[in-house]
Amino acid sequence: MATTPNAATPEDFAGSSRTSLRHTFGADEVAHLITMIAAATLLLITVLLVYQLWVLSAESRAKFGWSFFVTQTWDPVSGDFGALPFVYGTLVTSAIALVIAVPLGVGGAIFLAELAPPKISSYLTFVSDLLAAVPSVIYGLLGVFLLVPIMRTTVQPALKATLGFLPLFQGPSYGIGFLTAGIVLAIMIVPFVLSVSREVLMAVPRDQREAALGLGATKWESTWKVVVPAARIGIFGSVFLAMARALGETMAVTMVIGNNPKIAASLFSPGYSIASVLANEFSEATGNLYLSALIELGLVLFLLTFILNGLARLLIVLTTSRGSGVLPS
Amino acid sequence: MSARLIWRKSLNVFMLSMTGLCALITVSALFFILGYLVYNGGKDLSWNFFTKLPAPVGETGGGMANAIIGSLKLLGLAALMGVPIGLLGGVYLAEFGGKTIPFIVRYTADLLNGVPSIVIGIFAYALVVMPMHHFSTLAGGFALGIMVIPTVIRNTESFLRDVPRTMREGAFALGANKWRMIATVVLPAASRGILTGVLLALARVAGETAPLLFTAFGNRFWSPGLNQPTSSLPVVIYTYATGPYEDWHQQAWAAGLVLLGLVLLTNILVRVFLTGGSAYERT
Repeated sequence: MATTPNAATPEDFAGSSRTSLRHTFGADEVAHLITMIAAATLLLITVLLVYQLWVLSAESRAKFGWSFFVTQTWDPVSGDFGALPFVYGTLVTSAIALVIAVPLGVGGAIFLAELAPPKISSYLTFVSDLLAAVPSVIYGLLGVFLLVPIMRTTVQPALKATLGFLPLFQGPSYGIGFLTAGIVLAIMIVPFVLSVSREVLMAVPRDQREAALGLGATKWESTWKVVVPAARIGIFGSVFLAMARALGETMAVTMVIGNNPKIAASLFSPGYSIASVLANEFSEATGNLYLSALIELGLVLFLLTFILNGLARLLIVLTTSRGSGVLPS
Repeated sequence: MSARLIWRKSLNVFMLSMTGLCALITVSALFFILGYLVYNGGKDLSWNFFTKLPAPVGETGGGMANAIIGSLKLLGLAALMGVPIGLLGGVYLAEFGGKTIPFIVRYTADLLNGVPSIVIGIFAYALVVMPMHHFSTLAGGFALGIMVIPTVIRNTESFLRDVPRTMREGAFALGANKWRMIATVVLPAASRGILTGVLLALARVAGETAPLLFTAFGNRFWSPGLNQPTSSLPVVIYTYATGPYEDWHQQAWAAGLVLLGLVLLTNILVRVFLTGGSAYERT
């Protein structure tokens, strides 16, 4: 800002002398201070958020320690709390979601970035962004009344008939359960994988494609062997971002996962996730220990998504000069 | 053609069509969701839905007027809290910040944006509900307000940065000092973009359910003022969809259609009219 003659710096403000007070009453400095307070509020909120989660989970952390994460019991009546079934449910449903959403999203992104004419590409990206804007409870609604019956009557029996020798696809078909929650999650996170991957792919310089094509590669070969590897890190970023979304997703999962704190090998069996147990039990939690255990779950969820998001942004920043930007939300 | 070349060419065509299929599946999901909601919810939308209170449990009929008003109140509070902080913070990042602090703020904003909404709900519970000892509209608005800030701050910053340097220099040349330059030249120039960000952020939190479950809670009656639990569209959809009555399910579809319609309409109008259809290009 060499051209701004009266650009205010923090030093100006700290040492605002009599003269500057008389001349302008520090109008720039006041504006600087007010806007800085607003920006600092954001930092304050984040710090306070971590502090609250930490302090309010103190009782549970003191009582259970690390065994909280390896205990399966969740018994509010006797005051025994273990997070394992919820952590398991969260990880399993997110894993299912990623297995489905990553190929779909990256494939779609390749189409939009490499093949589709710019007009069609931006139109379809627009639609995908709209999909990302659909509220989670709407996915839950469709999950409960549309997907669950289909899973029960068609998909699960079919899976049992073909892949039933795997422990993953055994047991009674309830419709609800890990698999259904994973599928709903997959549909919800595809737009995130797609739009971020597309962005990253488009940031790969044009010359690289042309060089590959010039060497006689087919379009697919140039895309798969040159462009995608060049954008690899950013695509990983989009996957982490989507995973963070999936881990923290609450309503849609709560409505279809079955809400049963059990660990089962079968993907058909009802389970529970961290976010779902918070949604279901938080407002009814009686007793400090119960609440504290739930808040510790919230802390775990926060840390997981915080780390994943941090990693994702870092990877995306590494591959696009524009940085993380305002990602679709 | 050698067999190798034929193989390569067919692989090319096959894989490229697969990517097209992936894109097609993804975007058709939206039309499917919308169509299914219109099909299921459309027939239950009536004047009563918008003007009546919910019927007593077990009786059919009634509407969701209290949930609609409740949602509007929550959104109003969220805007009141989130927009000024986001806007001013964005101005700081784009106009006043040096290097280090804006970097930290920007990174924190992105991370806060990624915090699961249910965790924001816990935060609002701890900060507002626990001291007040009861659920309230205020707590719900607070939770949504926090979720608005990161989006508005980042969006405001990026649109302010797009204002050409020459406009700033022109303002300075005319003798304006910095805040006047920002208030009368830069902010108006970026106003459409900033408004886009604000509306999109509000459209996003309008559909949030999780942070309201234990802040605004729910209410089957009107909720006067800001001090009582209030009903809201997303929470009603959740409660009704998971409830035992057929009539509730029907109303959940109708409410879902209203909510989705409002969210999508805001998104489309904002992106098409305020930014000439290219808002998503610049993100």
